Amino acid sequence: MATAQTDRLRAEVEALVSRLGPGRTSLVPVLQELKRRYHEVDGEAMQVVADVLDIHPVEVYSVASFYAFLHGAPEGRYVVRLCRTLSCEFAGKDAVAAALRDELGIDFGETTADKLFTLEWASCIGMCDQGPAMLVNEQVYTRVTPETVREVVAACRAEAATAEG
Amino acid sequence: MTVTIDSQGNALTYATIEPEAGLKAALRLPRADIIDTVRDSGLKGRGGAGFPTGMKWNFCAAEKADHKYIICNADEGEPGTFKDRVILTRFPHLVLEGMTIGGRAIGAELGIIYLRAEYSYLRSHLNEVIRERRERGLLGKDVLGIEGFDFDVIVAMGAGAYVCGEETALIESLEGFRGEPRNRPPFPVVAGLLGYPTVVNNVETLASVAAIFAKGVDWFRGFGTDKSTGYKLFSVSGDCERPGVYEFPWGITVAELLREVGGEGAKAVQVGGASGGCVPARDLARRLAVEDIPTGGSVIVIGPQRDMLDVAENFLEFFVEESCGQCTPCRLGNAQMLKAVRLLKQGTCPPEFLADVKALGQTMMAASKCGLGQTSPSAFLSILEGFADEVLGRAPQA
Repeated sequence: MATAQTDRLRAEVEALVSRLGPGRTSLVPVLQELKRRYHEVDGEAMQVVADVLDIHPVEVYSVASFYAFLHGAPEGRYVVRLCRTLSCEFAGKDAVAAALRDELGIDFGETTADKLFTLEWASCIGMCDQGPAMLVNEQVYTRVTPETVREVVAACRAEAATAEG
Repeated sequence: MTVTIDSQGNALTYATIEPEAGLKAALRLPRADIIDTVRDSGLKGRGGAGFPTGMKWNFCAAEKADHKYIICNADEGEPGTFKDRVILTRFPHLVLEGMTIGGRAIGAELGIIYLRAEYSYLRSHLNEVIRERRERGLLGKDVLGIEGFDFDVIVAMGAGAYVCGEETALIESLEGFRGEPRNRPPFPVVAGLLGYPTVVNNVETLASVAAIFAKGVDWFRGFGTDKSTGYKLFSVSGDCERPGVYEFPWGITVAELLREVGGEGAKAVQVGGASGGCVPARDLARRLAVEDIPTGGSVIVIGPQRDMLDVAENFLEFFVEESCGQCTPCRLGNAQMLKAVRLLKQGTCPPEFLADVKALGQTMMAASKCGLGQTSPSAFLSILEGFADEVLGRAPQA
């Protein structure tokens, strides 16, 4: 049974598809936009996307689950991705990883209870000459130290508190 | 904590190219002559595979179709590679010039920059450059006043998958599918995006095209070797004093490169990223060139303090994560190789298992569907060969 929420979501997806163009080529951009807005793409959202694009929901799940930046699971408002590739490892990513675990109280692959942070590993993010490097959403941080981890996390918390308040 | 997009202040030829000189020179030529010029320059794909660019364009130009596309592969995901980020940041107009020249040559009406998700922060910058070029008549209808030459460019975002740097996986991704490589033939130049003839070129390849038309084929061929013409950008990181993006002519030895970057004490150099090979110190006289050590430009300097099994483990963890899982040799093979590395680290790897894994590496290189599985065993196998004394026969850990 369609709820008001589903109807709203359908209208949103239809608006996106009419902007991006009909057909399968819009699938990834639609999922990216939903992810940006809601920090997750749940089963219901996948069903709606499938209906609008006229494909099977399993196809939507198949694509969403393939890409590291697209998987449907709920994410925090800030997704912290620490590069784990060799140059960043040489540059001291383990100390940064420890600081992130400490500061956020979660391990990699987890989301904080307040839904503010998700911590993930990233494959090479192309900052190898300035490692250790990490992404916080679309913002890149280079030469990260345990000290800067604390600053960045505090800045995110302050920004979120301001937005709430 | 500041964002330093740029890398070292090394002099790059791209900074000396007069804006739009290449585009204007190219668009004065008939289409066939544009392709001939690229072919004569000897330019080979800068992403790592080294396919001759002129030949690729020629194949696509020869196809008759209602639509054609040129895609700029900005899915720079090879570990240790960041030169495309620097090019897109500092010289985006050269890349757009190269795409426009390519579009003219093959008869495409649309170019797509496939930008990796990790570089999302470059998206608005690129869109701004595209908007500016439309305003100046360098994109859009009748480009540079040439009647009937309509060409535009859009940016499409990747979603976090190393394998999408492989051109057919990239096309699958653009079409809204999982980034699983296709069987070839048909090649994209015949049947690519949405089934239409498509050229996929690396960011640096396209910038080089603009430079070649601006400065001439003879100028370009004045650098490098007979088989590897021109210059190349190298992304240098790891245990060296001056990491960053460097430009060198093809043919430079690994030792010469190490001197330039302050990495003389290295015990090994990983060339070509995770999919490349590990060059031990005794082979530093080898040359970076298609005919000796071909590379997309990733150079990771490995200092004497590093454990080569840690290096192999890091790369294999990467491949286990990034294998698309579609074909068996790659999906299972990388996991077995990682298992062998971990057993070697513990000093408990049975010689029979190691022999099996080495043979499996050969199978992967022969039987994997795309470049990922075909190259992923290289680092580990070259470490086994080059550092046997270090990695074999460790005492079992208590």
